[in-house]
Amino acid sequence: MATITIREALNQAIREELARDERVFLMGEEVAAYNGAYKVTKGLLDEFGPKRVIDTPITELGFAGLGVGAAMVGLRPIVEFITFNFSILATDQIVNSAAKMLYMSGGQYNIPIVFRGPGGSAYQVSSQHSQAIESWFAYFPGLKVVMPSTPADAKGLLKSAIRDDDPVIFIEQERMYGNKGEVPDDPDFTIPLGVADIKREGTDVTIVARSLMVPIALKAADKLQEQGVSCEVIDPRTIRPLDIDTIIESVKKTNRVVLAEESHPVCGINAEISAAIMERAMDFLDAPVKRVSGIDVPMPYAKNLEDLVVPDVDRVIAAVREVAYLD
Amino acid sequence: MSKQTAEQATAAGAEEQSSPDVATQPDKVDLATLQRDRDAAKERQKSRLGGLETETLIELYRQMILIRRFEEKAAEVYSAGKIGGFCHLYIGQEAVAVGTLSALRKDDYVITSYREHGHALAKGMTPESVMAELYGKATGCSKGKGGSMHMFDKSLNFLGGHGIVGGQIPLGTGAAFASKYQGTDQVTLCFFGEAAVNQGAFHESLNMAQLWKLPCIYICENNQYGMGTSLERAMSLRDISKKASAYEMASEFVDGMDVLAVREATARAVERARKDYLPTLLEIRTYRFMGHSMSDPGNYRTRAEIEKYQERDPIKLFSASLREEKIADEKLLKEIDAEVRKQVEESVRFAEESPYPAPEELYTDIYANPIDPSARKL
Amino acid sequence: MGEPLAEIDTDKATMEMQALSEGVLRKILVQEGESAPLGQLIAVVGTPDEDISSLLSEAPAKAAPAEKQPEPAAQPASRTPAAAPETNGRQQAPQESSQSGRMIVSPLAARMAAEAGVDLKSLQGSGPGGRIIKRDIEAAMSQSKAAPGGTFPRSVEPLKFQQAQVATASPYRDEPSSEIRRVIARRLVTSLGPVPHFFLTSEIEMDRAAEMRRGINALDPDLKISINDIIIKVVAVALVQHPAVNASFQDKFIRYYEHADIGVAVAIEDGLITPVVRAADQKSLSQIAGEVRELAERAKTRKLKPEEYTGATFSVSNLGMFGIDEFTAIINPPESGILAVGAMTPKPVVRNDEVVVKQMMRVTMSCDHRVIDGATGAKFLQTVKKMLENPLYLVV
Ligand SMILES: Cc1ncc(C[n+]2csc(CCOP(=O)(O)OP(=O)(O)O)c2C)c(N)n1
Ligand SMILES: [Mg+2]
Repeated sequence: MATITIREALNQAIREELARDERVFLMGEEVAAYNGAYKVTKGLLDEFGPKRVIDTPITELGFAGLGVGAAMVGLRPIVEFITFNFSILATDQIVNSAAKMLYMSGGQYNIPIVFRGPGGSAYQVSSQHSQAIESWFAYFPGLKVVMPSTPADAKGLLKSAIRDDDPVIFIEQERMYGNKGEVPDDPDFTIPLGVADIKREGTDVTIVARSLMVPIALKAADKLQEQGVSCEVIDPRTIRPLDIDTIIESVKKTNRVVLAEESHPVCGINAEISAAIMERAMDFLDAPVKRVSGIDVPMPYAKNLEDLVVPDVDRVIAAVREVAYLD
Repeated sequence: MSKQTAEQATAAGAEEQSSPDVATQPDKVDLATLQRDRDAAKERQKSRLGGLETETLIELYRQMILIRRFEEKAAEVYSAGKIGGFCHLYIGQEAVAVGTLSALRKDDYVITSYREHGHALAKGMTPESVMAELYGKATGCSKGKGGSMHMFDKSLNFLGGHGIVGGQIPLGTGAAFASKYQGTDQVTLCFFGEAAVNQGAFHESLNMAQLWKLPCIYICENNQYGMGTSLERAMSLRDISKKASAYEMASEFVDGMDVLAVREATARAVERARKDYLPTLLEIRTYRFMGHSMSDPGNYRTRAEIEKYQERDPIKLFSASLREEKIADEKLLKEIDAEVRKQVEESVRFAEESPYPAPEELYTDIYANPIDPSARKL
Repeated sequence: MGEPLAEIDTDKATMEMQALSEGVLRKILVQEGESAPLGQLIAVVGTPDEDISSLLSEAPAKAAPAEKQPEPAAQPASRTPAAAPETNGRQQAPQESSQSGRMIVSPLAARMAAEAGVDLKSLQGSGPGGRIIKRDIEAAMSQSKAAPGGTFPRSVEPLKFQQAQVATASPYRDEPSSEIRRVIARRLVTSLGPVPHFFLTSEIEMDRAAEMRRGINALDPDLKISINDIIIKVVAVALVQHPAVNASFQDKFIRYYEHADIGVAVAIEDGLITPVVRAADQKSLSQIAGEVRELAERAKTRKLKPEEYTGATFSVSNLGMFGIDEFTAIINPPESGILAVGAMTPKPVVRNDEVVVKQMMRVTMSCDHRVIDGATGAKFLQTVKKMLENPLYLVV
C-alpha cells in the first residue's frame, strides 16, 4: 500500500494499462507534450512515445468520433477531455455513435473506449468551466458512467473501465486530484464497475454520495456521530449501471435517506435514485427522501456565491437531522 | 497518374471540371447540348474500357442493376407498408458505390450514411440480409435493430450506415487511424453527402486525417441536394473538391454517372492511402432520381431537371458503352437483369418469411459486458 | 352536552345535531321549523352569565332573536358557538386524530402498525404536522408490552382483515384485481354503464320456509319473523359460503368481506333507502327480524344515521307484498349484487311425476359482472335456493 493522490492513482492506472495492452492508446488535448492539462498523464509520452500518447487539435467532436471509429476495428482508446465541459461538443459521437453502435449493429460492433477527464465544480472559473453533467450520460443505455472518490477507487475503476468492452464515461472530480489515500500496489488491482462501496457503516440514516460529496458526507457523518446519529455513507462509484440494491438494502435498515450531489437537482441522478427508492423501498421509509444538491443556478464566479452553490457539510447535516426528525 | 502530390491531384480534379459537363451547370443546358454531352461522356467512358477484363465489366453492370432493382423493389414494398420509418433510396447514384467499391480489397473498410443500401450490396452483403433488415426481421444484417439507416456487416468490414449527417466522418477517420496504428495496409472509404460537408465533423476529420496521414478516402457523393436544399442555397464555396486544399489534402472531382471514372479515381486514391497512408477527398458528382426519402414529394426541383439527369443514367450509359464496344449484347444484359430480378424477388420472399426478432432481443446488444439485470430495473 | 339541538338534512337522511360542548342554551337564532344554510350561527351555548353580545353581533341581522329562559345544564362550561358542522351524508368522516381529518403517517410506520396491530387512530404523531413515524409506533409497542391489558394487541401477526371505516361494518381484505378481471371490467362497463349488470333468475319452492316461519312465530308471536327475514339470513349465510360474491370491485383490487352486511330495501315516502343489517350471517332470525323492523321504522321517518344505511356488502329487495312476481333490481355500488324477491304464490308444479301445488317464489339476482361471473353467481343462487327450500340447512 502506498499513499498517493488521485492524480497519481489515475496516472498509474493509465500507465499500467498502456503497458499491459498494445491496443490501448491515449489521446486528447495536451495529454502528451504538455503532460496533461491537469498533469494526470505526466510522463506517459516519454514512456510510450507519440504513437500511443497523442496530442490532438482542439477538435472534441472529431477526436471523440475518431476514437469510436478506432474502437470499432480493434483498438481500445482512452480519450481525455481537458474537462467534461468540453465533452459537450462531442456528445453526438458519445451518444449517437458510442452508446448505440452495438445495438443498432445487432451486436456486431461493441465500442471499448474510455472518455475521461475532470468534471464537476472547479474553483472560481464561473459557469462554463464548473458544472456536473454526469446525469446526461447516465441517461443513455449503452454507456457506463463512473465517478471515483478516492485514489484506490480511481485506480481500480479506471483499470476496469479500460478493460471493459463498452464505452465508459469516467469523470474525475476537478477539486479532488490532490486528495490522498492508500492504494494497493498490485498491478492487477481492479474494482468492478457497477458495485457500490459502503464508505461508512451506520444505522440511523443512509447518505448516498458520489465524487466530491463523499468526503463531505463522511465529515458530516463524523459530526453527526457526536450528536448521536449514526450515518451509513454509500458511494455508488458507478452511476450507470447503478448498484441500487446496495442502496435499497441500506434504506431498509436505516429507514431514512439523504442523497447528496453537487449537480443540479432537476433530472439528476438523485432524482432517479429517489424514484427507485420509492418504487422498491416505500414501505421502509420513515421520512421523505431528502436531496442535497447543487443550487439550481449556473455557477457564479464570486467566491462567496460559489460557496453557496456547492453543498457543504452543514447542508448535509441539516438534511440528516431533518429526516431523523431531530429538529 | 498513379502517384501524385496533393497539388497534382487537385489539378487533375480541376481539369475534369473544366470540361463541358452537365453536372456542373444542370439548368443551363438545352436538349441538344445535353445529348451532345451525353455522347461525350459515353466516349470518355468507352475510352476507359480498355485494359479491363470483360468479367469485371459485367460484374460492375450486374452490381449496378442489382442495386437499381433492389431499390425499386424496396420502394414497392415500402409503399405496401412492409417497411417502416425512413427509407432513402440510392437510385441514380449506383455508379458511385459500385465504382468506388470495385477499386477496394475485400478487407478494406467502408462506412457511410443512411443512404446505404447500395454500398451494402456493393460490399457484398446479400440482398436477403439487406431486405430482411428493411423488414425489421431477425434475419436482417443488424438483427432488425438497425433498419434502413443502420446496416452493418462486421464480417465484410462494413462499418455501417449512420443517421446523423456527417457523424460517420470521424468514425471512418478512426478506422483509418486504427489501420495505421496496427500497421495494416487496409484503407477506409468514408461516404457522405454534399450537405455533410457543412458539418464541423467533416472539417475536423479532414484536418486530423491530413495532419496524421491517415489512409482514409473521403467520398462526397454530391447529388446536389440535402433533402430539399440545393447545394447553391447551402454552401458558399460550392466546389467541394477544393475544400481539401484547406487541409493540403489531395482531391479529385469525378463524374459520378460514369462507373469507370469513379473506379479509376478511387483506385488512385486507394493506392495513395495504401502505400503512403495519405487521405484523399473525392467529390463525385451524381444525382438522385428519387426523393430524399420515400416520404419526399420532391417539389423543390423540376421534372425537367430530373429528366436531364436521367439522360445520363449511369446504368443506361454503361450498358450503351458495353453494347457499342461489343463487350455485351442486349441478350446478355437482359439475362443479367432477369437474374437480378429473381434474386431481388427471392430477397423479398426471404424477408417475408423470416421471423420478427424475439421480444428478448429488446434487451440484448446494449452492453458487450452486460450489466447486472437488477440495476436495469432502475 | 350530547343533547339534540337541531336536525341536519343530508341527501339521504335527517340527522340529529348534538351539542358539542357543555353549558346552557343561551340564545336561539333560528327558530324551530326554520332552516339555516350550512355554517350559519343557529344558537349560542354558554354559561348562564357569560357575555355573548359580541357573538350575537356577528349573527345575520334577519335572524330574529328570541330570548329564552336559560335552562340549567349539568355543568357550567366555556362558551362555544354551535354552528352547523359541515356534514355530508355521502362522506361521513369518522373522527380522526389529526386535525385535517387525514391521518399523516410515514409508510414505514403504517406498515409497522399494521404488522403489530397498533391502532393508528389512537396515536399522536411526533413528526412534522403530526406525522406518525417509526418512533411513535415503537413507543406504542413498548407501552403495550409493558401493560399487556393496554390498548395495543401484542400480536405481531398481520391482521387478515382490515378494520372497515364505517364503525361495526364488516372487516375486509383487499386482493389486487387480476389483469383479466380489469379488462373484463373495462369492457363490460363500456357496454352497460359503470356497473355492468347481468341477471340470474331462479324459482324457489317456499313451502318449508313458510312452514318454518309459522313454526317459529307459533313459539312466540312477538318474534314476528317474516319470510323476508329468512331470505336475509339465507342470503347472508350463502354469501359467507361464496366469498367471491361477497365482494366489491374497486378497480385496482377486489375487496372481499368477512361478514355479510345485508342492505334491506325499504320504500319510504319520497324514495328508497336500504338500512343495513350488519353481520347478518352471524345473527339469529329473531335478531334480524327485530333489527329490520326497527331500522325500517326509523327509515320511514328518515331518522337513520348514515352508518346505518351505507356500507352493505349485498342487498335484498322484496316487492312481493306489492304482488310483483318477478323483477330486476339495480345494484347499489360498490356492492356486487342485489336479490330481487317476488311474491310467493301457489303454483302447480310436477313433483315425483305428480302435479302438486307449491308455494313458489321467483328471485332475480343482479350481479356486477366486473366481479361476479355467470357461473359464480349461479352457484351462489343455487345455495340460496337449496337453503330456502330446506331451511334446516341454517341450523346444521
Ligand atoms: C445532424 C443532422 N441534421 C439533420 C438531419 C436530417 N437530415 C437527414 S438527411 C439530410 C440531408 C443530407 O443531405 P446530404 O448530406 O447531401 O446527403 P443525401 O441525403 O443527399 O445523400 C438532413 C438534413 C440529420 N439526419 N442529421
Ligand atoms: Mg446530397
